[in-house]
Amino acid sequence: MREATATLPALRPVSAGDLRRRIWLVQVGFGALAVAACIGAPLVGPTTISLRQVFDTTIPFSQNVDAQIFFIARLPRAFAGALVGGSLAAAGVVLQALLRNPLATPFTLGVSAGASLGAMLVITLGVPLTLLGSAAVPVASFAGALGALAIVYFLATMRRQGLSTLVLLLAGVTLNSLFSAVILFVQYLADPAQTLQSVRWVMGNLDVGSYRPLLWALGPIGLAFVAFARLPRALNLLTLGADGAAVRGIDVLRTQRIAFLSASLATGAAVAVGGPIGFIGIIVPHLVRLLVGADHRLVLPASIGLGAAFLVVCDVAARTVLSPMELPVGVITAILGGPFFLWLLVRTR
Amino acid sequence: MRIVTRHTTAVVTALLLTVAVIPRVQERPRAQERPARIISVVPALTEALFALGAGDEVVGVGTFDKHPPEVATRTRVGGLLDPDMERIFALRPDLVIFYGSQQDPLAQVTRAGVDTFTYSHGGIDDTLSVIRQLGARIGRATEATRLASAIDTQLSDLRARLAGRDRPRVLLVFGRQPGSLGNIYASGGVGFLHDMLEAAGGRNVFEHVSRASIQLSSEAILTAAPEVIVELTYDDRMTEDTQAVEIAVWDRLSSVPAVRDNRVHLLLGNQFVQPGPRMADATEAIARALHPHAF
Repeated sequence: MREATATLPALRPVSAGDLRRRIWLVQVGFGALAVAACIGAPLVGPTTISLRQVFDTTIPFSQNVDAQIFFIARLPRAFAGALVGGSLAAAGVVLQALLRNPLATPFTLGVSAGASLGAMLVITLGVPLTLLGSAAVPVASFAGALGALAIVYFLATMRRQGLSTLVLLLAGVTLNSLFSAVILFVQYLADPAQTLQSVRWVMGNLDVGSYRPLLWALGPIGLAFVAFARLPRALNLLTLGADGAAVRGIDVLRTQRIAFLSASLATGAAVAVGGPIGFIGIIVPHLVRLLVGADHRLVLPASIGLGAAFLVVCDVAARTVLSPMELPVGVITAILGGPFFLWLLVRTR
Repeated sequence: MRIVTRHTTAVVTALLLTVAVIPRVQERPRAQERPARIISVVPALTEALFALGAGDEVVGVGTFDKHPPEVATRTRVGGLLDPDMERIFALRPDLVIFYGSQQDPLAQVTRAGVDTFTYSHGGIDDTLSVIRQLGARIGRATEATRLASAIDTQLSDLRARLAGRDRPRVLLVFGRQPGSLGNIYASGGVGFLHDMLEAAGGRNVFEHVSRASIQLSSEAILTAAPEVIVELTYDDRMTEDTQAVEIAVWDRLSSVPAVRDNRVHLLLGNQFVQPGPRMADATEAIARALHPHAF
């Protein structure tokens, strides 16, 4: 663990004014990148559409194919990509700092496995199609994430010695394996068509088709982001170790709690929307650290912007490359992300 | 010393006997003209066995076999991914029907000297020829020829009945995430589903994609603008309410002519995804959805 911590880049002192300017630059720069991706993505696709017709209000929406392609097939996907990508990248940053482990991902602590189990159960048992007025799969998946979060949190705080990051990590990893085993068992019992659907769900898909799941996910993700906004300075100190942070006046337990709960909430909601899309939560934070340094006041906003933009672009590839066939977006993030991350690893050593 | 020698002689004799006998045991007599104990893990062919009158000989069936109802009384021996070899051997079969991709189980059964018959998905013609080959293998060639011809005739009659009618552009869906438009799987331009759709008087909107199964984005469906959407499902737990919910899911794509004109059909039953003896009936059910006025 200590050895691993050494690979997280160290902080360099900068003047307050300089830092404020850099934070502003990073927020605007990476924010603009995400916005540009969201605006650009719906303009690209296998079908040529006319923007004039998309926004032509004289044609009723129900007959306007171009508008439906733009507003149903592309725009919600871009928003979903931004929401999921930004959340996973931010959760990755927070968990890497919390666990002081550069290999931590949003999926390390069992939340995504819980989310997957929830989704699998609905896909294979297939009984209720809608829960709380929304499609059942995302709702069940979010419920699974909350369940896993509760179990891990309970285990990590059980010994009343604060929040043990070691227990957090071990409980999360164990829960991941346990849930994976249950998922395999559920898939084993399912018939082939359901197995296909559940396997496909795990590969990630942002074709949400409407804005409702996004609005629904905005609640928990918004809450998590409010918490993220208060974290960066404390995370900087946490990477020095709990004792070091406590000496510098950080309420360590409170920070750890907020970090764990907010990162898990964001992960759970993101997985409920798009499935467990891998690599975003690990490569984006590391790439950002290479670009802007290790200060979480810069890393966190930059990761959110870059994560959003990266996933939106990957999803454009998912729906375009093999058109009319759809490629699983998780496959694209892994194919682009895996080799890139390895290169990064070798280069920085 | 003498005792040791005698023991050695006994052991050597026993060994020689074993070596001499093992190949004999493995060389069981080849399956007779009509195998008496058949196992099939392929639902379409289990169904064909019963249709050919060989139901009494079927001793083991796959996990997912549901038709005809008699299969419920047979021993389940696993499926495509998890054939239970121990149970298969325990049933002492003289013919085992596997999927062509089940290489390891095939090798094991062959090594044990049991006859095998393999199956792979194909188009309608492939299915008919598989039925004939299976009939020949189980000594029921006449019945198989009769069954294949009956299916063929029924399909020809259907084509004749629909000749001259407009062929609507159809999206044939066979998989979708429940309650949403996510992860839609549809038939491309090859395979038995495509053939059935053509025979049912429809034109596959994705006939230009030479794959049996394609996963579609909602953009691909909006662009293809099918006039009819036929969705096949074999979830037998579906109530009328859930069917209505599943059909209403498509309303989101309101510019698609099929949605606009209320021509989204949900067809239930495993005959639609199992290219076997009920293939012609299944095709006719699709035809009735596409051409309600022709019947």
